[in-house]
Amino acid sequence: MKKECENCQILRNLKNYNKVDYTIALVGNPNVGKSTLFNYYTGMSVRVGNWPGKTVSKIEGFFQLKIQDKKYVFKIIDLPGVYSIFSFTPEEEVTRNFLFLGSYDLVIIILDATNLEKNMILAFQIFEITNKVIFALNLIDEAKRKGIKIDIDKFQDRFKVPTIPIIASTGYNADLLIYKSLEIIQGKIKVDPLKYKLPPELENIINEIKKEILEYYPELENYPHLKWITLRVLEGDKLVIEMLRKKVIPINKTTKLLTT
Amino acid sequence: MQKDFEEIIKKVDNYRIKYNNTFRDKIIEDMHNQISDILTDIVDYQETNDLISKLEKYVDLFLTSKIGGIILLISFLSIALWITLTGAGYISSFLSLIFERIEVFLRNILAVLKVHDLLISFLIDGVYKGVAIVVAVMLPPMAIFFPLFTFLEDLGLLPRIALNMDKIFKSVGAHGNQALTMIVGFGCNAAGVVSTRIIKSPKERLIAILTNNFMPCNGRWPLLIMISILFLVPAITNSSNPLLGSIIASLALVSSVIIGLGFTLVVSLGLSKALKSYSSFYILEIPPFRKPNLLRIIYTSIIDRTLFVLSRAVYMAIPAGIFVWIINQLNLSQTLIAFFDPFGKLFGLDGTIILAYIIALPANEIVIPALMMLYTGSKNFMEIEELQSIYQILTVYGNWDWKTGVCVMLFSILHNPCSTTILTIYRETNSLKWTVIATIMPLIIAFSTLFLVHNLVLKNIH
Repeated sequence: MKKECENCQILRNLKNYNKVDYTIALVGNPNVGKSTLFNYYTGMSVRVGNWPGKTVSKIEGFFQLKIQDKKYVFKIIDLPGVYSIFSFTPEEEVTRNFLFLGSYDLVIIILDATNLEKNMILAFQIFEITNKVIFALNLIDEAKRKGIKIDIDKFQDRFKVPTIPIIASTGYNADLLIYKSLEIIQGKIKVDPLKYKLPPELENIINEIKKEILEYYPELENYPHLKWITLRVLEGDKLVIEMLRKKVIPINKTTKLLTT
Repeated sequence: MQKDFEEIIKKVDNYRIKYNNTFRDKIIEDMHNQISDILTDIVDYQETNDLISKLEKYVDLFLTSKIGGIILLISFLSIALWITLTGAGYISSFLSLIFERIEVFLRNILAVLKVHDLLISFLIDGVYKGVAIVVAVMLPPMAIFFPLFTFLEDLGLLPRIALNMDKIFKSVGAHGNQALTMIVGFGCNAAGVVSTRIIKSPKERLIAILTNNFMPCNGRWPLLIMISILFLVPAITNSSNPLLGSIIASLALVSSVIIGLGFTLVVSLGLSKALKSYSSFYILEIPPFRKPNLLRIIYTSIIDRTLFVLSRAVYMAIPAGIFVWIINQLNLSQTLIAFFDPFGKLFGLDGTIILAYIIALPANEIVIPALMMLYTGSKNFMEIEELQSIYQILTVYGNWDWKTGVCVMLFSILHNPCSTTILTIYRETNSLKWTVIATIMPLIIAFSTLFLVHNLVLKNIH
């Protein structure tokens, strides 16, 4: 696996760069190693205290990926750790708003290999907002120590998302992760994650509401995340309802919109 | 023809009501099932020979089990409180000594500056002494309890216990982490209120804030212990066996905590029914076992918790010091005691106890010194070390018996939060309404409980 990017190299401590080529975001549950990975790439030493009361915000940094003589500048965004993106807590709000309204080229979903089941709940929710995802399976050393064996090939086959096993604390496979990310961004690998299937009775309600939303706001006809929006409406998500009422859903993401 | 948007929203609202706001829970549960299905033939759990993993597993099993967790919780709390209360006594007397020296020094300076006597008295006897006593009694217990608490928290022990409590708290509509905030409340309710930030969902957090007060803080323990030893033990047994005595006293203290816990659960249930908001989706996190970071422990416990709370306590102590000074200058205390007396008597208390609690609004620690001051007619807070002297003052001047003791203990557990906590509640909720409720609600609960206990139970026991 390592051979795939034999000649690639992460260049940190970036001081001079002309422009950012790509923007990637790190998303994951709390304590899965997001900040560790972020610090690895950027050479920064962000310590995100878990003691609450700290300001909830996203942190940005920059690094380069060098492949032979080509260099790509990446902006990397560390989003607050969350268990879901229902936007119930300030952390969820920041992460949800960024994924829904922000502009980015790829989302790296960091998974804790020792606790996959719980982590995948968040991943399923992210799939509903964007297809531009890659999995970083962190703490594989810890998982091995605990006797947890994960069939990575099967895993990426079933969820249909490229998955790179990494160890954030040592930087193992960190370069490969960015290399793969680049391939996805450049369209060399197509990603279409496995979508969560609603239970039938909910599905019926969703379809009914969806139809009515379309009657009110026909421009959403081909909008890929209409189902997600409908679900949010059903859950009473104030921001989404307000955006629908004003008809300001960012149908093509290039239109940058109100960020709360 | 365009569809009316509000009609859609109305329809959606109807669905939400029909499903009792459970879409989120339903979806999460369903997602979880689908994920488990997919993962069954992908993830394989094998027996590991790694010693540390095995050990972690067994420790985890023990801690998250019902009995193990509760045994550990009780032993931790008893040990931590014991260390805190013993250690704090020494530091407190040391601090008092230093503050006395500073007092003499300040008096001299003010005298040299030819400041008017009344102003000197106001500044020293009112402002300075009020602050000094609050710092001397509040700082030591917090400086000991919080590092101990943070150490166990950092180690990963406490979150595991919280996991165990989740079922109990969930059943009354509260959050499992509320258990952790309640343990912080044992140290100090103001710090407990701040620690509710670990509860992310607004409704559950509010419940935790409003009920934290039912956990007796460091400031209340000495009073509870004192009354248990002086009044409850002799009321129950005539034997002078010290072992039997300490067992009864300990049981009395455990009952205090259980009473506090009972009120916490009942009030939480009531609040969760009254607050119409979404129940939130959350997963209780079990963090990995970590080697505690000593510097971080000291930083979090001293800066984030102790100094944070202490600065607010000082802020609130100044007006209280001035209040006591004015009462003493105008010789008002006897008038006020007589005024409150009939009211206090309704609840098995007396006017002095009521006034002592008013004076001790900034810190529960000064209830006993205030009681001593008021009963003996002294002009200063009185720190009396010897239990027998306290007993004599309470029985001779105050006419206390074990029934008074029970009533004061109940009042101590249930009454309003101290002003430091009230201020903290305001800062955390940013709402005057909830701050007022947090203050008034415990008072109403305390007085109505006392009224019932005093008139229906205690009066009928001879």
